[in-house]
Amino acid sequence: MNQFIKTWLTQHAQAFFFSLGQYAKNPVNNILTTIVIGISLAFPAGFYVFLSNAQIVSSGWDNAVEINIFLETTIDEQQATDFAKQISKRNDIADIILIKKDKALAEYKKLSGFTDVLSVTDENPFPNVVLVKPTYKYFDESKTKRLVEELRAMPEVDNIQYDGKWINRLAKIIDIVKLVIFILSTLLAVAVLLIVGNTIRLSIYSSRNEIEITKLFGGTDSFIQRPFLYSGLWYGIFGGSIAWILVSVSMQMLSGPVNNLSILYASNFQLTGLGLINTLCLFGFAILLGLLGSWIAVKRHLCSIEPN
Amino acid sequence: MIQFTNVFMTYPSGNKALQNINLNINKGEMVYVSGRSGAGKSTLLKLINLIDRHTRGQIIVKGQSLERIKNNRIPIFRRNIGFIFQNHRLLNDRTIFDNVALPLVISGGNHQEVKRRVHAALDKVGLLSKINNCPVELSGGEQQRVGVARAVVHRPAVLLADEPTGNLDPALSWDMMKLFEQFNQVGVTVLIASHELDMIKHMNKRIIILDGGRILDVGDNNKNYINH
Ligand SMILES: Nc1ncnc2c1ncn2[C@@H]1O[C@H](COP(=O)(O)OP(=O)(O)OP(=O)(O)O)[C@@H](O)[C@H]1O
Ligand SMILES: [Mg+2]
Repeated sequence: MNQFIKTWLTQHAQAFFFSLGQYAKNPVNNILTTIVIGISLAFPAGFYVFLSNAQIVSSGWDNAVEINIFLETTIDEQQATDFAKQISKRNDIADIILIKKDKALAEYKKLSGFTDVLSVTDENPFPNVVLVKPTYKYFDESKTKRLVEELRAMPEVDNIQYDGKWINRLAKIIDIVKLVIFILSTLLAVAVLLIVGNTIRLSIYSSRNEIEITKLFGGTDSFIQRPFLYSGLWYGIFGGSIAWILVSVSMQMLSGPVNNLSILYASNFQLTGLGLINTLCLFGFAILLGLLGSWIAVKRHLCSIEPN
Repeated sequence: MIQFTNVFMTYPSGNKALQNINLNINKGEMVYVSGRSGAGKSTLLKLINLIDRHTRGQIIVKGQSLERIKNNRIPIFRRNIGFIFQNHRLLNDRTIFDNVALPLVISGGNHQEVKRRVHAALDKVGLLSKINNCPVELSGGEQQRVGVARAVVHRPAVLLADEPTGNLDPALSWDMMKLFEQFNQVGVTVLIASHELDMIKHMNKRIIILDGGRILDVGDNNKNYINH
């Protein structure tokens, strides 16, 4: 093997194990630091899981968005069928159900038992009703409004009702929650950076003598900074592991009660955990923060130590 | 090997530590730098090792003009030089082996080679038996010898020592100087800063005497200094 690559690999392996050794040398401090990092990472990860579950639940509701169009009572069934055909061509409408006035009447009679009252007059008081499902998946207020306005402007239409308001509110609340979670997660990520940065800073200053001597015997900056960067890596890996354990245990504890609740609502909803991809993301993010924190500390403090 | 031409060194504080220094140390020579406290002995060594940079003039070490060496090339340059401190400055949390191996590990030597050279260096200073001890388990004189082993383990062309006997009793100091002489005999250029003029007078080597940042006298005749 090329001597240069061999040296490079050897030095990385040395720094890798040396930094692990340093970690084990000061277990109490390092474990406490790692737990703090783990908890700080567990919150964003937990929020994320919470959000994706909330989205699964609410997307079930989103699909229930339905617009009821009550046609003028003067419109007969043939005209209603034509109207339904006409609007079904719109590309923002996915599905249409026409409830003809006779059927509405029959259903009403069956349900209410008021057969006699209504048969006094021959006239059917029910309008033809068209139920419309929009094409877009999630409730979108502006799109729905535009659709409703355009439908209302048609001569056949008497009145329109839709039940989107509370779903809209929920979507807005979820947006706010998302923003709050994003801000909190950013703050916690910054906290992790600061914790790692400060820990590495302290270890740089406690290795002052060693750094000076290494510089005097020709240690390059990359040689000197390597063990510190690897320490950052270890904080990331161990902190990420703790965060993963915290989230997984919490999910385990919550899954029973949530299942019971969803059975009460006749839903087959089940809590979704971190999964493989998100676990990888969690570790990737943790390692990134660990490396970044140590890199910042190294860049800021290593050059201030010169032999004298 | 080491050549100073009209070298001035003024610290940022305005302190004129060295003024108009001209000197030439040949390859394989052993030279002492002496003078009273504050004369500029340490500064002279620090310039050679690029711990500080001179403010004027030219210094050539091993054919390289120091003012041309960029900061990021300093580490590579320093691998030509072994340095010995007054207070040895060993790493107390490492074994003697690890301490001595440091310069070799820095330059990326392979494991077998490192082991072989560390053994040879420790053998030379008579401390092979302490190879697995920690520095605190050694006496002051032994620690200083470990510092010497560390300074020569990577076979530097130049050996610099700043007050290497500062903490040692006269007998140990003498042994230490004799040890340097042994390294010098195998071709290493040695430059030692020491204020113990009475002892180094008996070493039969060139003595450079500094006073107030200037060279007072070059040669084994040091009457000027003594009468001063
Ligand atoms: N880092 C520094 N910044 C400013 N002035 C310095 C610095 N180092 C040394 N000096 C000054 O430079 C002059 C020479 O100092 P130097 O350390 O070279 O003396 P020395 O001969 O080694 O003395 P000693 O025998 O006490 O070690 C002194 O006046 C000292 O105060
Ligand atoms: Mg000095």
